[in-house]
Parts: sequence; structure tokens; C-alpha cells
Amino acid sequence: MSVRRGRGFGEWVETVGAWLLALIWVAPLAYAFWSAFHPPEYATHFRLLAPLTLDNFRIALSQAPFPRYFLNTFVLVTMTLTAQFVLCTLAGYAFARFEFFGRELAFALVLVQLMIMPEVLIVENYRTMSTLNLVDTIPGIALPYMASAFGIFLLRQAFKTVPKELEEAARVEGAGMLQILFRVYIPLARPVYLAYGLVSVSYHWNNFLWPLVITNSVETRPLTVGLAIFGAPESGVQWPIITAATLMSVAPLLLAFVLFQRQFVQSFMRAGIR
Amino acid sequence: MHRSLLVHVYGWLLLLPAAVLLIAFTHYPAIASLAQSFFSPKSALYPSQFVGLDNYATMAADPVFWKVLKNNVWFAVGTVPASIVIAITMALWVNGRIPGRGLVRMAYFTPTILPMIAVANIWLFFYSPDIGLIDQVLSNFGIRGHNWLGRPETVMGCLIVMTIWKEAGFFMIFYLAGLQAISPEFEEAATLEGAGRWHYFRRVVFPLLMPTTLFVLINAMINSFKLVDQLFILTKGGPDNASSLLLYYIYQVAFSFLDESYAATLTVVLLAILAVLAIGQYFLLEKHIHYQ
Amino acid sequence: MKHAVTRIISSMAAVLGLLFAAPAGAAGPIELNMYYPIAVGGPLTKLVDELVAGFEKENPGIKVNAIYAGNYDDARIKALAALKSGKPAQLSVLFSIDIYELIEQDAIVAFDDIVKTPEEKAWLKSFYPSLMANGTFKGKVYGIPFQRSTIVMYYNKDAFKEAGLDPNKPPSNWTELAEMGKKLVKHDAAGNVQRWGVMVPSTGYAYWMFQAFAMQNGQVLMNANGDKTYYDNPAVVQSLQYWYDLSHKYGVMPKGTIEWGTLRADFLDGKTAIMWHTTGNLTAVKDGAKFDFGVSMLPASKRRGSPTGGGNFYIFKKTTPEERVAAMKLIRYLTAPEQAAKWSIGTGYLATSPAAYETKTMKDYVAGFPYAIVARDQLPFSTAELSTFQTGRVRKLLDDAIQSVLTDKATPQAALKAAQDQADPLLRRYRSAK
Repeated sequence: MSVRRGRGFGEWVETVGAWLLALIWVAPLAYAFWSAFHPPEYATHFRLLAPLTLDNFRIALSQAPFPRYFLNTFVLVTMTLTAQFVLCTLAGYAFARFEFFGRELAFALVLVQLMIMPEVLIVENYRTMSTLNLVDTIPGIALPYMASAFGIFLLRQAFKTVPKELEEAARVEGAGMLQILFRVYIPLARPVYLAYGLVSVSYHWNNFLWPLVITNSVETRPLTVGLAIFGAPESGVQWPIITAATLMSVAPLLLAFVLFQRQFVQSFMRAGIR
Repeated sequence: MHRSLLVHVYGWLLLLPAAVLLIAFTHYPAIASLAQSFFSPKSALYPSQFVGLDNYATMAADPVFWKVLKNNVWFAVGTVPASIVIAITMALWVNGRIPGRGLVRMAYFTPTILPMIAVANIWLFFYSPDIGLIDQVLSNFGIRGHNWLGRPETVMGCLIVMTIWKEAGFFMIFYLAGLQAISPEFEEAATLEGAGRWHYFRRVVFPLLMPTTLFVLINAMINSFKLVDQLFILTKGGPDNASSLLLYYIYQVAFSFLDESYAATLTVVLLAILAVLAIGQYFLLEKHIHYQ
Repeated sequence: MKHAVTRIISSMAAVLGLLFAAPAGAAGPIELNMYYPIAVGGPLTKLVDELVAGFEKENPGIKVNAIYAGNYDDARIKALAALKSGKPAQLSVLFSIDIYELIEQDAIVAFDDIVKTPEEKAWLKSFYPSLMANGTFKGKVYGIPFQRSTIVMYYNKDAFKEAGLDPNKPPSNWTELAEMGKKLVKHDAAGNVQRWGVMVPSTGYAYWMFQAFAMQNGQVLMNANGDKTYYDNPAVVQSLQYWYDLSHKYGVMPKGTIEWGTLRADFLDGKTAIMWHTTGNLTAVKDGAKFDFGVSMLPASKRRGSPTGGGNFYIFKKTTPEERVAAMKLIRYLTAPEQAAKWSIGTGYLATSPAAYETKTMKDYVAGFPYAIVARDQLPFSTAELSTFQTGRVRKLLDDAIQSVLTDKATPQAALKAAQDQADPLLRRYRSAK
């Protein structure tokens, strides 16, 4: 009895602790909602019955071309992910099933990118993009990320778990190398694609430094860069409008996350397990 | 014989597109940075020329370089252990029998999917003197007017707190995966032996999570050297470089001072740091991870 | 190796580029790309768009893309980047002090080499001479003043009355600033400061504010060739000491650095009775103030003084003769008295020529709002904004020195001496080069 009560008390404390931490963790976002949906005079004064308004969103939209930024980000994320799927599938397949000359060395060289990510090399990559005439283009933002060591690694692991017998069976039926890839390997690795896709989309939706360096104009700027320029303190900060713009930029990802929370968490878990 | 030759050809053909891009945007720029660091910058008045180790000498004598390096170490020391402790705590709670577990887990994880630029905008408000949320809360206790981001004593702490908030939920995921891989039999055995929960955690769970901890440790350290988005909004590295980090300084030197050579020299240092971390990861994790 | 890789990628890139590139400007109207920065409050992008639309209406053969690129630093980075590749700009509004950097990059052309007719030559001389200082190099004009400012003092008249001060007599010298500041500081019951006497921003453009202190103390910070600084001159050290004393000795300003961007909100919120800020904020303050406020010239020590600041028009070298003519047209339109008046009214920036102040629009505005000419009246006391070769670095050295003093990390003497010792070697070679 006493043991059970002690444990119950301990659990109660933990529950309170967990919820308290959760409240602290959502507080910034909660504040953003508060400030974005209320008139400016309530931005720093909290009254339960303060009037609601959508003006801040209207003003933010009228001051910067957010729809265009959305489009840019959407194109960027789609382009990056498509290319990543293609390139990483091919490379992952090669590493998993072909014992070609120099494979170990090549794989080690691929893994280098896990440490030295493109954002570290902004200076030289910028020069390369200038030579290629890709500065201020969306492909210019996406290109350094298309061959992703992380994606290659994940898909290689996934393909390695596919039983050899399945491949043999397909080969007996006369399937070629690429047909085997499409009929056997890719379908079996579908959860890995989903996991990698979610991780990649949220990464590139949020990426900032490289897009900042490589884009110059409204036609290419993704949301993060647009938001940073919009909220630059030089222009005299107006909290409600900035928080409204902030919420707009995160809305699609946030909405997707709330709806598919389970998949998100599992995807990140899957992508993290090595 | 013929077939095995084909394997080599197919293997390389499949790898080729990814290899070209990886070489072009990872290996080549790393080597090019090294090469550029031995040359002076190019301008219309002065052409670029070989200067040997001059850029490195400049760097050794540059107080800002040493300052941002020191800042970066403190930033890592401030964020990494705290994030790990909080991440483990979160994972244990979310893995347990808390009512409303899904909501709690969602709350912890949300910062991970928000862009750093967006959250920095929100935190900028929290930190602003007098009208900011933190000062408003503190004013209830009679404390007022803290210039959080304007003083070198507090500015780094502010960045650290925000970064922990942003990253802990991300690392929690790895611990959740680690926890779920632990067989429930261990806990039953521990309970049968009458071991307390703390004892069970310290003797059984924590050691089993060691590979996860090492993995998170290395990744958190890498992040602390490549995550500088927040500086663009919150402090621009100020006051007097008190919050500047190495990669942010590289950005400033390259794109604000237009000195590509010195930026390349600094990049070489950053690459060296990352290489050391990579080697560290290799030796620490070798035992636990099977790349094959 | 490099070339093989580059070639493969460029062919891939070319395909991608074709898919996504903006339709190339074929024959037909001349297209001008222009980057511009904003460093003050208010919806200025709207105003720029309006002015540009007015120009396009009058000149149907020219299409102008005005691209907002963030603050001054961002705009320079973006415009220079665009020159190397991407969508090149033909002209831009950039920081007036970027001139040496732009010359060193061989990026801009002198207006003296473009103007032809006597009328155009007269136009070059139509601006306030003190606004031309930052745009002139070795006798040639490279920058045409556009969004130009000086620092002015905004003060809260209600706070002055509350403190028993005459609301029409703002402090006119350093002693008065400290004395009045002390009276203006207001504490709550617990002894915490509710309202400060004065705030001078020290992030973003700290060197600029500091130039005002130094000038008031009778010393400029650099020579006209942009190859020598005077950071450790005794009068300069003394001015930094005074800035430091405002918070540490007189207690009228908060300790630590003060954020450029949020200062206007602080002033409007009554957190400080006086602020120093760019005149470019005048309209935003006028629209936002819920109290009676005044604007005056900065106080004097040995003399009055403020640096000029802000953005100039530059025309880039990588342009065709037709584009240069079109760019000139646009610049002449935007700096013509009527437009200059509109721009000044919309922002608070200076109208850049005496003629603009003679327009009816401006006269009517000034009649109703006399503070609109404070910045102009201060021009005779002004000095060029800090600008040298290696300007980014040389400026940052001063910024860092100022911030280290204001945050108690160094004494003015030591900090400025160190900054001077580092700036000197950076500039030495530009002295011998000529």
C-alpha cells in the first residue's frame, strides 16, 4: 500500500513536471498567436477579452509579397526532394547491391558530407554558382543539397535489408537491373522514403543561410529569407505584424505537423536510427 | 568475368550523378577553400597573388577571430549538455504513462519544425528590455529594465537558452527511439529485485542509451558550429562581437568585407574543427554502429 | 578535374536554368533593375513603388524593377552579387559610404562621364554641397544623393513639462543634455527606472551616432581620401567618454547597448524622453506619437555637428550606353524637386536640393509641420559619413570599440587606440598607391 502510494506521488510529480515543461515549450508559439490576432496595443498587454483582428495579417501581406515567397519555397522544396529521391535511390542501390571497384572509399567520401554540410562552404559554393550562372535562381539554392549523404546512407541501409531471394526471383522472371530496382527495392523501402521526405521537406522549408547568400530578388527568395528581410530590426519592429508574418510562414508545416504528428515523430525516429 | 566487369560499370554509373554533385559542392569547395587561403583577395585595384601563410598570420593576430572561436566553444558548452539532459528527461516522460502523452510530445517537438528565423523573431520580443515578456514577468518581482541582448554578460546566455529550446525536442526523438529499443524485460527484472526507478535508470537505461548519447553529442556539437541563423535576427553578433560565432564571422568577412581569402582561411579552421569532431565520432561510435 | 566537373554541372544547370529562368528581356523596352535598402520605419516600399510608377508612366519605353533588398549592408551585398551573375542591376540606391568599396571593385561609373548637355551638368550641381561629400572621389561625382539624412534629436514635450522643463527649450549643449536628462529620468515606487532621460542607439549604426559626438567636439574621424582615420585623437576619446558618462556618470541612459531598431518603439512608448535618431524616422514618429513631441538639432560641445547619412544613387559600369541614359533619366526624375519633396514628406529624409524646399508641396507641408526642416538647417554643421577604403572592416573596428566601451569592457582611450592601430595597416597601402 505504502509503496503504491509513494509511486503514485512520484508519478504525479512527474506528470506535473512534464506538463509544466510542455507549457514552457509552447509558450513562444502561443505568444505569437496572441500577438498576431490582436490589435497592436495588446501586443504587450494581456487581457482575456481583448478584441480579435486579422488586420496584422492583412498589413503583413500588403507590405511584402508573401504569396510569391510561398511559391518559391514550394518550388524549392519540391525540386530538392525530387532530385534527392532520384540521386539517392541510384546511389543507395549502387552501394547496397553492387560490389564495384572502390566502393568502400567512395562510400567514405560520401559520408564526409554528413559532417561538412553545404552551409559551411558558402564562400566557395557561391563562387561556383557564379561560374555556373546560377546565382539568384532556385536551382542554385537546391543544387548543393541534391546529392544528400544522409539520403544515400538511409536508402542504402533500407535496400540492404531486402532479401536477396526477392531479387533473384525477379531476375528469373527476366527483369533487368532498373526493373528490379523499381519493382522490388523501391516499394519495400516506402516507409524510408516517407521518413526521409518529411525530414528533408522540413529542413529545406526552414533553411536560411545558403538561400540568403545565393538569392537576390523577390522571384527567388524563399520564405525564411523574405521573413528575415521583412523583420529586419532596421525597419522599426512592429511585433504584431512580424508575428503575423511569422505564423503565415510556418503555417503549412505546422498544420501538416499537427495533422500527421505520429508520422512526423516516427519519421524523425526512423531517420535517426542508424 | 564479363559479368563482374558489368557490375563495376553499373555500380559507378548509378553512383555517378550523386558523385558529381557531391564532389562539386562538398569536396571541391573544401579543397578550394584551402587553396584560396594562400592567396590575397582580388579587387580591381589589386590582383590576387600568392601570399603563403599571410592570411593565417592575420588570423592569429585577429582578436575577433579568437573571440568568435571562444564564443563558439562556450556556445557548445552551454547548449550541448543541457540539451542532452533535457532531451533524456523529455524522452523518459513521453515514453512513460503521462496523461495526455501525445500532446506533451507534440509540445516538445514543435520547436524542431519551426524555422530558426521565425522563432528568433519571437524570442527577440521576449528579450527586449522593459516591453519584452521576460522583463514584464520579472517586473512583478520588482526587477526591471534588463538589457538582455545589449549586454555582453547576458547575450550569450540568451542565445543558449533559445537554442536549447529549439533543439532539445529534436534530440528527444533519438532518445525515444533508443528507449523503445530497450527490452521491457530489463525493467521487470529490476522491479523484481526491488531497484528504485532512479537506480534502474542509472544502472540500466543510461548505459544502454550510451550510443544514442554519443551520437546526439557529436551532432549537437556539429550543430553548434553550423547554426547561426538566429544571429541575423537577434544580435548581428553584437555587442562588440560578444555573441558572434565562427560561421557568422565567415559570412561577414566574405560578404560584408568582401575578403574571400580571409573567409577561406576561416573556413579552413571551421573544416578542421568539423574534421576533428568527425574523427571523434568515428572512434567513439565505431564500436556501436555497423555501417555494413 | 575542376573543369570537367564544372562542365558537366553547367550543362545540367543550363537545362534547369532554362526551365526556371525569367523570360529574357528581348528587344523592346529597356529594362532597369534597381536594388534599394531601407533602414527606417514605415511602409517605404509602397512609396518607392509609387514614385517608380510615376516615372514609368512618363517614360513608356523604360521598365523599372525596384527590388527591396533589406538594410544597407544587404543591399550592397545583393547588388554586387548581381553584378557578377544572375540578374544584373543597372543602377542602385546603396549606402553613400560604399563608394570606396564600389570603386575598388571597379563597379560604378562617374556621373561626370555620363552627363553631356549643359543642363545635365547644371543638374549635377543642384544638390546641397554637403550631401555631395560622400559621393565625390578625386573630384568626380559617383553618387547622387537620394535618401539622405542627418541625426536629429526627438524629444517628448509632455515629459519635459512633467519634469518642470520648458518644452520649447531642448538641450543645446552637452552640459544641458546631462542636466535636463537627470530631471527627465523617472523612477517608480520601487526605485526602478520607468523613463530614461536620453537614448542614443549603439547597435547597427553606432559609428554614425559617434561621428556626431566627435564632430560636436570639433574632430572628424577620417580624411577626405578615405585612407586615414583619427580614432585615437584626444577630442575623439573625450567624446566617447561623454557618451559613456551619459549612462555611467549621469545615469540618464541605460547601460549596455541600445538597439537601433526598437528605439523608435521605446520613444513612442514613453520609455525615454529624448532620443537621437535619423531624420528618416520623422514621419514614422509623427504618425505614431500619442504625445506632443519636438525635434531639434543635436546639442553642441565645441560646436554643433552631425554626420550626413543614407543612400546615394550609383550607376554600374556593366551597362550599355542606352541603359546608362535610361538610368540617368530615372535618377533625374526621382531627384527632381517635386519628387524629392514627396519623398521627404513621406519619410522625413532630407529633400536633397534647395529647389525642392521651394516647391509648393514642401512649403505647404513645412507650414503645418515646421520640424520638417530641422535636418536641412543642420546641414551647415554636418560632416561626411564615415567612409574609407576597406570600409566594412574599418567601420566595424570603430563599432566594436564603441560597444566595448559602452558595455564596460574597455576604457575609451584603450578601445579607440586599439581600433586605430588595427585600421592603420588596413589603409596604409591605399596611401602609397596614389
